[in-house]
Amino acid sequence: MSKVKIVRFHPEKCDGCRDCESACSQVQFKTTVGGNQSAIRISGSPGEYRMHVCDQRGLCLDMCPVGALERRPNGAVTLDASTCIGCQACVGFCPIGAVRKWEGRMEPFKCISCGACVRACPNEALYMEEIDIDAVRELVYHNLGA
Amino acid sequence: MVDGQIPIEEYETGNTVHEIDVATLRGEHRVLATHSFEKGEIVRGYNRRTLHVDLSKGTIEERPVTDDMIAKFTGGRGFGLKILWDSISPGTRWDSEDNVLAITNGPMCGNTQYPGSGKSICLTVSPSTDIVCDSNVGGFFGPFLKFAGFDAMAIQGKANEDVVVVIDGIASEVRIETAPLEETNTHVLSEQLAHIYAAEDTEKSRQRVSSITSGLGAEHSYWGCLNSSFYDPRRKVARVKQAGRGGLGTVLRDKRVKGVVAVVPKFTGVENNPADPVTMAKVGTKLHKEIRDLDRHQCNMRAVGTGHLVEIMDAYDLLPCENYRFGSFPKASKLYSPKFYDLFTKVIPDGCWHGCTMACSKTVDGFELRTGPYAGHRVTVDGPEYETVGCGSNMGLWEPEWVLEFNFYCDTYGLDTISTGTAIAFYMEMYEYGILNRERCDDLELCFGNARAVMEFMHRMARGDDGEFMSVAPKGIRRVKDWIKAKGWGDERLVEDCGMESKGLEYSEYVTKESLAMQGGYGLTLKGPQHDEAWLIFMDMVNNAIPTFPDKAEALHYFPMWRTWFGLNGFCKLPWNDVEPANNADTDEPSKVPGHVQNYVDLVNAMTGSELEKDDLIIQSERCYNWQRAMNVWMGRGRRADDWIPYRSMGPVTEMEYVSREERYDTALVEKAGMSKDEVAGMTVPEKMEALYQFRQDQYQKLADAVYFRRGWTHNGVPTPQKMISLGFGDEADMLRMLQDRIDADTAAGLNDWGGNYDESEDPPSDDPLYWEKW
Repeated sequence: MSKVKIVRFHPEKCDGCRDCESACSQVQFKTTVGGNQSAIRISGSPGEYRMHVCDQRGLCLDMCPVGALERRPNGAVTLDASTCIGCQACVGFCPIGAVRKWEGRMEPFKCISCGACVRACPNEALYMEEIDIDAVRELVYHNLGA
Repeated sequence: MVDGQIPIEEYETGNTVHEIDVATLRGEHRVLATHSFEKGEIVRGYNRRTLHVDLSKGTIEERPVTDDMIAKFTGGRGFGLKILWDSISPGTRWDSEDNVLAITNGPMCGNTQYPGSGKSICLTVSPSTDIVCDSNVGGFFGPFLKFAGFDAMAIQGKANEDVVVVIDGIASEVRIETAPLEETNTHVLSEQLAHIYAAEDTEKSRQRVSSITSGLGAEHSYWGCLNSSFYDPRRKVARVKQAGRGGLGTVLRDKRVKGVVAVVPKFTGVENNPADPVTMAKVGTKLHKEIRDLDRHQCNMRAVGTGHLVEIMDAYDLLPCENYRFGSFPKASKLYSPKFYDLFTKVIPDGCWHGCTMACSKTVDGFELRTGPYAGHRVTVDGPEYETVGCGSNMGLWEPEWVLEFNFYCDTYGLDTISTGTAIAFYMEMYEYGILNRERCDDLELCFGNARAVMEFMHRMARGDDGEFMSVAPKGIRRVKDWIKAKGWGDERLVEDCGMESKGLEYSEYVTKESLAMQGGYGLTLKGPQHDEAWLIFMDMVNNAIPTFPDKAEALHYFPMWRTWFGLNGFCKLPWNDVEPANNADTDEPSKVPGHVQNYVDLVNAMTGSELEKDDLIIQSERCYNWQRAMNVWMGRGRRADDWIPYRSMGPVTEMEYVSREERYDTALVEKAGMSKDEVAGMTVPEKMEALYQFRQDQYQKLADAVYFRRGWTHNGVPTPQKMISLGFGDEADMLRMLQDRIDADTAAGLNDWGGNYDESEDPPSDDPLYWEKW
């Protein structure tokens, strides 16, 4: 059975520093601004932090008209920006809003399970967990009159 | 996982594989003409350049798009009309040397963020109607024509041998090449062209090639369609959408063009260089989310496409069955969308242009053909859409498999399913009455439900069978009516009333007997009876929302203008109202879908950098709509007499139809025509039929009166110089003079008077005989 590592969160350890977002921005955009240029987002307030990131379910794979989204050998779903034609179908159809769009670029971006955020967290509030892809895999709805 | 879903990475069609020997095919090509162009940048949706190919002269030219042309004609269909006006004469007919086949896109075309942004609009002088016919089509051709460098292209003249016109956006070159060895039929040809012209031997490269093709059926009929391809890298098939109406494929083949090919390099989502890409993406994503959340509860387009309409039309007595005699049928449930859903391939992104998440282009893959030259082959069938299923019910084909067979061969032979199906349904009815028979039909037993005879008719048509019936029948209902009358077979009024054509074009697939407004939606149109100008049946018949003549006229002004706007811009109409915002019913005018109208206002401003408001969009359409009507007048049509519709679209032609809905028609005589119940009770069925006939004919003329008045036309349906000047055409002296001459001639002939019979209790739209001069 194929496996994929996804990002998990210990909310009680998070102090809201958002070093994870900066690290992700570095991977995605060669900048450390974080925020809307990060695929992982921390929201909330002390004691109630929430983490939001892709769980690699792969519904977006079925949405891409040009095959820019692929599941890599490590199980992570990645978007090839050079193939992407910027239609936002993956952004609009992601049921958890994990395919993101930054205003400065037409091609969306998403978590590639690289672990940069985990390594950047000073409090070990993030960790990678290996799961079965079939446990999260989701296809686009297509049943008649669901 | 939903039952029946197949992960796309594991998908195989099971289709028969065609061997494509690219080297041999290409080896036989001779380049007849080449034109290199300097590739510019698309700015805010426009290249500001059109392409003109003259096959007789062997010339290829670029022409500039001026500010004036954009201001007057916007783009897309508007540019097509302008090109035709500049290129043809009033006497140009479909097969004239100077007839032009124009393929256009529009400023919004090729945008990938908003669903339904990939339409081409194709125009030519139609063999069916002798006037300009416009037909829109999905597929990649329109966007690729633009990405290659052109806002529209015109093909004029005729080649001496089969050619392909190649618009090579990679080499920045346009070429006319001979193409002797390629197939003519689309399902093979479009795949050959994708392989021949792809920059590399990869699926991604083939996805950057799109072709316009037709087929052998187009060579021998007036029903030729254009197939616009969109290569599907998952199915590994060049799929096609159709510009079906009006015989555009017939013109393509008459010009000896096998294919028009557009090839583009890698492109991005901002190829159009919109003024405000952030808004483009935001508005698009908003609609994607709406479709995600609402489509399955509304039209279910993502699952079954427009086929969801079959069960609705059957339930409301609107599904054409046995040549529109009935609006529902006991066997119709065999063609309901769940039957096709079982056969459709699930999961694959089915948009006919990138980013269309409405994804209504369904296929049946690995379908084994039963008849014809490809019998035994397994193929991908694109569709069927609602209209094609409606052709099935119209011909009495109640098996989904026969509808698929009909659909496939129409597409590959380059035939419009609508005209082909509607016409065959008429021939079948004539066969049932003995007006046609086996001998008169060249040994075809064309009775309702005979699927094998339908297919045999199509295969013979594609082969160019020269029997008497086979020579006239593929020219359509109008020519067959004239043929039957010339032969003296049957009752002339019965033949005229049953054959569902207007202006020479066959009807699309809705029964309109109980909706006067929709009769106008078919008859008071520019190109002929096609539902793309207005679809008012529910507003009119079910919801009774437009009860008066001025109400109906307002709807027959607004909706045709609004729907015209899609074609000026390269948009598809479906994402406007085939999904609606969750709060749409609470808005002031739910039938207009105000939330989505605002999307279009935001999008066009984001693309072009203009500051248009929603009423400005209607003005853009009014310019082109009136221009096209004026061109119809110029070509000798476009008057009240040309807006005639057959009585089958207004009411029951035969006793069987009347009796089958007797209570409805008896009630109509009392409640609408003002007769007393006793009076009706004392009449025979033929007497009641005649009374209803006279009443409904008069109602249609009164509707025309109200609509012409609302549109700013004369009593006889001619756009006035005053109207044209108010729309900004004050400097188009030739057009204004021509219209004034026609109006003067109409006045001299006594034609500038209202068509309805108004009694003392009713008023015509105006008492002033020159009411239009005040505008």
